[in-house]
This record gives sequence, structure tokens and C-alpha cells, in this order.
Amino acid sequence: MTDELPRTDAGEKAAGAAHPAAGGPLLRIEGVVKAFGTFRAVDGVSLDIKAGEFFALLGPSGCGKTTLLRMLAGFEAPDEGRILLGDKDIAQALPHERPINMMFQNYALFPHLSVRDNIAFGLKRANMARADIATRVAEMVALVKLEGLEKRKPDQLSGGQRQRVALARALARRPQLLLLDEPLAALDRKLRESTQAELMELQRRLGMTFIVVTHDQEEAMTMADRIGVMRSGKLVQVAGPRELYEAPRSRWIAEFVGDINLFDAESKLRDGHRLVIGTRDAGTLVVAEPRQPLGEAKFSVAIRPEKIKLSRRGPVSEAGHETAINRLDGVIADICYLGGTTTYKVKLDTGGTVQASVANSARLDVDAYSLNQHVVAWFTPDDCMVLPS
Amino acid sequence: MSARRIFARPARFAAIAPYVWMVLFFLVPFGFVLKISLSQTAIAQPPYEPVFDLTAGWTAIRAAFAALSIDNFKLLTSDDIYVYAYLRSLSVAVTATALLLLIGYPIAYGMARLPKRWQAVAMVLVIVPFWTSFLIRIYAWINILQHDGLLNQILLTLHLVSQPVVWLSTDTAMYVGIVYSYLPFMILPLYATLAKMEPALEEAASDLGAPPGAVFWLVTFPLSLPGVGAGVLLCFIPIVGEFVIPDLLAGSNSLMIGQTLWLEFFTNKDWPVASAAAIVLLAVLLLPLLLYERLQRRQLEER
Repeated sequence: MTDELPRTDAGEKAAGAAHPAAGGPLLRIEGVVKAFGTFRAVDGVSLDIKAGEFFALLGPSGCGKTTLLRMLAGFEAPDEGRILLGDKDIAQALPHERPINMMFQNYALFPHLSVRDNIAFGLKRANMARADIATRVAEMVALVKLEGLEKRKPDQLSGGQRQRVALARALARRPQLLLLDEPLAALDRKLRESTQAELMELQRRLGMTFIVVTHDQEEAMTMADRIGVMRSGKLVQVAGPRELYEAPRSRWIAEFVGDINLFDAESKLRDGHRLVIGTRDAGTLVVAEPRQPLGEAKFSVAIRPEKIKLSRRGPVSEAGHETAINRLDGVIADICYLGGTTTYKVKLDTGGTVQASVANSARLDVDAYSLNQHVVAWFTPDDCMVLPS
Repeated sequence: MSARRIFARPARFAAIAPYVWMVLFFLVPFGFVLKISLSQTAIAQPPYEPVFDLTAGWTAIRAAFAALSIDNFKLLTSDDIYVYAYLRSLSVAVTATALLLLIGYPIAYGMARLPKRWQAVAMVLVIVPFWTSFLIRIYAWINILQHDGLLNQILLTLHLVSQPVVWLSTDTAMYVGIVYSYLPFMILPLYATLAKMEPALEEAASDLGAPPGAVFWLVTFPLSLPGVGAGVLLCFIPIVGEFVIPDLLAGSNSLMIGQTLWLEFFTNKDWPVASAAAIVLLAVLLLPLLLYERLQRRQLEER
């Protein structure tokens, strides 16, 4: 019964039908600005969200992602710009008039109401018939696997169960758009991983549009189809997880999403389709020419730790790697064993340090390096990114 | 448990302290009052008999016990004056508490929604009147409400009335005085519950389609009930026994029980009847307290 596609019955009555034009975005955010005093929390954000998309707004605390989400929910009104749901501008509509529901960070479950009444709260406000409410609540309870707990009060539930009630309550009205504010932040790690998978499965099954706000880049990468990275009220990059990780648009994004080794460039020389870049800390590096022309701005060479290979003598001779390989000599300065991988910090002879992340692919540590051991760190030009500073 | 061990464990002593307090300053005096309420008036010092004299021997004490009677309580129920005084006290307390709730709730709600630093200022403003003597503040109200007082002057200047209105010695004046005096006791517990309420709860309600009125009645108000209960009790109980405000501001044609008690005690020198009246008052007040207690316990058990 939960496999049917949701219709936004509760919401449509309230806000008037929003019919996304065929192929057009479900939600269009246009030049939205929100200032608190002189502080521009959201500073000119434009973004399209497609129907059925799982979108993540990612950024450090204070970047404006939560303010943006609160404007979508209607708790804040934008100072400038439009928020179009379908073809209707909802920027100034009140929260209870929008066919959008939100799952709150600390769930905001009503402590005086039972699980059943929490889930039914939104349905009653939509003047649904009593029998229909009972059916829908039962459906939601089954959807989030809370059978048998309907009569409990929120403080009689575990953290994971509360999270499910919050989700069921937000889904019950079958909103056109579900907003999730740090949905997993309050869960412990193990539970977080299984809940991530459940959320993704649920979103796919219901074909619903999710916008999730998170400061956890792994969470965003795992769950979202597309990620919008925010910094200081601005959307700095919108991309899929892979593109965001492998082709970040700036040094800041590269550092925010995952770990990265960065070397400030001091000179550059063109060599065919490659660039030869002089750095202070890592000597001369050969990198693939970036897609965007570099211009005269300062830039850095960036390499992800897992792209850096370590060996005792030098690059293993693989086909195609003999030419233009980047080879850095150094000694192991620090070892951080993480189970699946080990992160080695290598102090380079040229002065800088690099981090290399090595998969622990064998159980016995015949391949492991020890402190102060001399190693060669090497990587290909294609593994390097050139990023404006 | 020996005294040494009690003092060796301050935590245990702290746990006993309230009971010691209750016995010394409530139960023992209550015993005296109860005993006097069962005695008869006498033109003597003290003005009642029998008097227990522990030095007089066993038979004398037995005789004193035999002389106790519940006549005073019978008098209280048979004489309309007392019944009316109780009823008036209760009705004044109910009306005043309702007014206090109606006025105090919006103020407490507004305070709780102020920016944090303004909340502290508002709190001080609520408490500041306590820095002046209670009696002086009531006398100030007499000044404002009297025939040529501030209120009548303003009303006359604005041509809202053509003649001075009689405010003093009316129920209106008394309610003004009571509401004014007790407002902080209503506001503070309400403010405390409203301020610690998670704002996201109200947002969640409106997100789920509740218009502002529904948000208030379905979420805010039910969740503030502990504060409502505390505020109501904090006001209702002392108002029932209130003496000064009705004596200074209300008319003298109908008395509250506190005034009746005062008359019996000081004017009629009838300590036994005054004591009996006080004990009945206590019983009347215990009822809402027990109800509130049971309500709270049920809430705790639900957790």
C-alpha cells in the first residue's frame, strides 16, 4: 500500500495546486536574500530542485543553509527574491499554507501527544475524515516500522524511534516537498548509517522530493543525488557527490569536502596538455591542464590522500606511469591506523608534508610502513587538481 | 541513627531538614490552634479554657481533655456570617485568579518571546514593585482611587465622566488591588514554563497546517499547564485568606474569611472561634492542593 505514488492531498487544499510544468523544476529559488540586521545570512541564492530529487544543502554552521531551509518552510520570509513551487510564488506564504513539511533537527515531537496523535496532527488540521486519518496513520506507522508503539508518548521512545515518529509525522500529509533539518545528527554512528540507507530507500520508493540540510559531508555524499555547498550565505557549488569530491570548484570546497593535500603554486609552465607547476613545499609537479583557464589568479595544486601511493623505492612500473609521474621523497612522520585504511603523514625532503591514505588490503601488516622510514610518495598528473586559492 | 552520624552526612541532614521544619513551624503551632479551637472563651489570660497545666497532675489533665468540645465548629456552620465569609472568600479568589490568569498569561507569553537580553529587563520590571513595601503600594492605590484621586482627575480631564466616580470601598478597587499585588506570582511560573518551551514545537505545529490560534490551543497552552497550575495555586491560596487588601480597598458590607477571623480574634477576643475558622480555612485550601498534587503525580507516572 505504500508503493503508490504520493499525492499531495493535504497540501494542495491549503496552498492551491502547484503543478510543476512538465520537465520544469518542482522548486525554483530565485535570488533569495535574507538579512538579520546587517548580517546577510542568505545572500542571493538561486537553485532549481527537480521533482523526485534527493538534494542536500551542505555547509559549515552559520553558512545560511538552515535559514534557507526555514524560508522554504515559511518560518522566515526572504527580503528579496522568489521561491516558486510549481508556478506559484510561496515566498510570503505562511508555514501552514504550504504543501511542504519539515522534519525538525531535534524532531520537535509534541511531548503531550502519543505517537499516533503526533502523526495524526497534520491530518486533523487538513480536515481529513476520521476513518481516513486512522488508515493513513496506520500506513505511516507501518512505513517507519513503529507498530505497537502508537500509544507511547515521545519520552517513552528511544532516539531512533523518535526520529521515525518525526519522519512519519512529516510524511503523513504527503507533502510535495519534504525538508529535513540535520535528520541524523542526534543518532549514534551505527544507527545513523542504517537510517541513511532507510531514508534513501524510502525517498526512492515514495518518489518524493527531499531537501536535507547537513553539516556532515559524508552524510550528504551518501544520500544525495545532488549537493549544494553553501558558504557565507552563498551557494558556491552545486554538483553530484562524485563531481564535488573529484572536481571541487575552489580550494575551500576541496578542504571542506573530504581531506586534501594542498601546495601553493609559485610558477607555471605549459607543456602540451600538461602544466608544470613549481611549488615551494613539494618541488615541481606535473598536472593535467584544468578545464577552466587559470588566468593570473593565485592557485594551488590539490591531491586527495587516497590518490597518493607510497612505496619503498619508487613508482611501481605500470604502463603509462613512467612519464611525467610526480615523485616526492620523504620519511614517515605520523601513522594513523583507522581500520580499513591507514593515514600516513610523510615529511617531504622538500619541506612540506603530504597525507597518504592507504587501504589495508592484507590482514598481516607486511606492507605497513614504520615511523621514520624513508618512502616515495607518488601520483599521476590526472590525480592532481588545480584550484584557485 | 545517632546524631553524630546525621551530622557526618550532610546530605542526609539536608533530607531531614524540611521535615524538622514542618514539625517545628507547622505541626506544633497547628496543634496549639487546634486545641484552642476546641476550647471555650473565658475572661481570663489566656482568654480561653481549659488550659493545660502539666504540673497539675494526671486528673487535671484528664479533666481538661474532657472539657474540649467541637461547639465552635458547630457555631461556624450554624451562623450564616461565617458561611458567607467562606463563600465570598472563595468567589473572590476564583474571580481574581481568573483575572490574573487572563492578564498574566499574555504578559508571560510576550516576555518569553522577547529577545534574550530583553527578557532579563522584563523580569526585573515584574519584580521591581517588590522592592517597595506592600502596604505602601496599597496605600498608593487608595490615593489613586479616592474621590479626588489621580484616576478621577484623569477621567474628568478627558471628559469621560462628568462627576467623580466612587472607586474606593468597592469590589472593583479590591480586585484592582489583588490583581496588582499578585500579578508577579502568576507571571513568573508561567514565564518559566513558556520560556523553556522549545520554539520548534510551535513551528512544527504550524508546519503541519495549524493556523496561529490552533497552534496556541493545541500545543502552547497544553504544554504550559504546569505553569498555569503553579501560578493559579500561588495566587488562589493566599487570596482566599487575604485580609489587608479587602480591608483597605473593599467596602465593609461583606467580609472575607480573613477579615472575619481578624475581627473574632482582635475585636471579639474570641480566640476559640477564630481558631476554628482558621482550621476550616486550612481544610478548604488543602483540597485544591491535594488535587494539584495528584495531577502532578499522574503526569510523572505517565513519563
